[in-house]
Amino acid sequence: MKPAPFDYAAPASLDEAVSALATAGGDAKVLAGGQSLIPMMALRLARPTRLVDINRLPGLDGIREASGMLEIGALVRQRALERWAATRSPLFAEVLRHIAHPPIRNRGTVVGNVVHGDPASELPALLLCLEGVVVARGPRGERMIAADRFYRAPLTTALAADELATAVRFTLPPAGAGWGFAEVSRRHGDFALVGAVAVIALAADGTVARARLAFFGAGGTPMRGLALEQALAGRAATRALVAEGARAAAAALSPDADIHATAAYRRQVAATLAERTLAAALARCGGPR
Amino acid sequence: MTRTIRVTVNGQEHERAAEVRQTLADFLREDLELTGTHLGCEHGVCGACTVLLDGEPIRACLMLAVQADGRSVTTIEGVAPADGLHPVQEAFWAKHGLQCGYCTPGIIMSTCAFLREQPAPSREEIREMLAGHLCRCTGYHFIVEAIEAAAKALAPPTARPTHQKE
Repeated sequence: MKPAPFDYAAPASLDEAVSALATAGGDAKVLAGGQSLIPMMALRLARPTRLVDINRLPGLDGIREASGMLEIGALVRQRALERWAATRSPLFAEVLRHIAHPPIRNRGTVVGNVVHGDPASELPALLLCLEGVVVARGPRGERMIAADRFYRAPLTTALAADELATAVRFTLPPAGAGWGFAEVSRRHGDFALVGAVAVIALAADGTVARARLAFFGAGGTPMRGLALEQALAGRAATRALVAEGARAAAAALSPDADIHATAAYRRQVAATLAERTLAAALARCGGPR
Repeated sequence: MTRTIRVTVNGQEHERAAEVRQTLADFLREDLELTGTHLGCEHGVCGACTVLLDGEPIRACLMLAVQADGRSVTTIEGVAPADGLHPVQEAFWAKHGLQCGYCTPGIIMSTCAFLREQPAPSREEIREMLAGHLCRCTGYHFIVEAIEAAAKALAPPTARPTHQKE
């Protein structure tokens, strides 16, 4: 057997789950879809002393859209959100189909992917782009953690060891807004070498009311493209301005080098993808989102 | 640490004690002796261990056996009718969609679920689906052709597309 021995808890209620985490002395891991955790355990990169399997918890499998927010419960599989998005959100549909492969998405959860915090993964960047929030439940009650403050380092988040993420909330792009998504990977379904996702909303006079850009695979956490957001705010989004802002946003990144790509390559691709996603977002303004 | 689980595999119910750290793939192969489910990478990349869980393809190496309690699993052994091959298997045979055959059970399981959702896929869609399966004989061209042939064989006569998109 590949994983190291562990104690297995399959709680029937949220309170039991939180208490199973709290009593494990910081060495417990939550098991939802297991598509990141089980490989790490198989390679013994992770050796939790206790697994808290939340798959039997009631009420965590809902996808709820209300007052401009999309709330996704901790047991919603990526495939379920993909199916939901097929008729309701081309942005979410496009992002979801880039996450691994159908057999992975059938088990992997949206919240699990967000909380695992792989900097090259799509959903953490989407959460950052859409001003998302992680809903965390711990022994001290429930708290909301904004995406901006959630990611600290690769696979390291603001979630405490005794906290369970029960849901994530995305702010849906407002009516009239446009979106763009692009990534470069070696094969479809691989982690991105670099990727970007953008949303833009225009004011009545055609100037940019709000622009939001997030990169993935371009540093230790998903990264906002602040330089581009600020360059565009309140101005007409000309091609020249977008290109200039994209270069500035990419220059502010500190991507890692690995066997797949150098840091310089990642920064250059990030600039190109920022420009492309913004151009796509501008072209889609007023369309489905 | 073990737990007793009840799982239906290929229509047959089993009640067994499973070590909590045993993967579903090892449970199928070692406890139920269903060795058609192959193990390649054992961390979710290669796709050889793909089985159907309540009809949906999943990686059997990335699920604990205890998580299959109360669920229904279909493996490659449960695909064919008693008297022959499933149309997807038939198409792989006819189109030489396998060489060494190690990756084949996983690909067949994914293909069965894929064609149920996308009965007339384009070549690009087939290739996107196959990105989740590694064939180290690199026989992908014939695998794509086999899946196209399987789609045609499975399509009801009225729903058959007049031409396949490239």
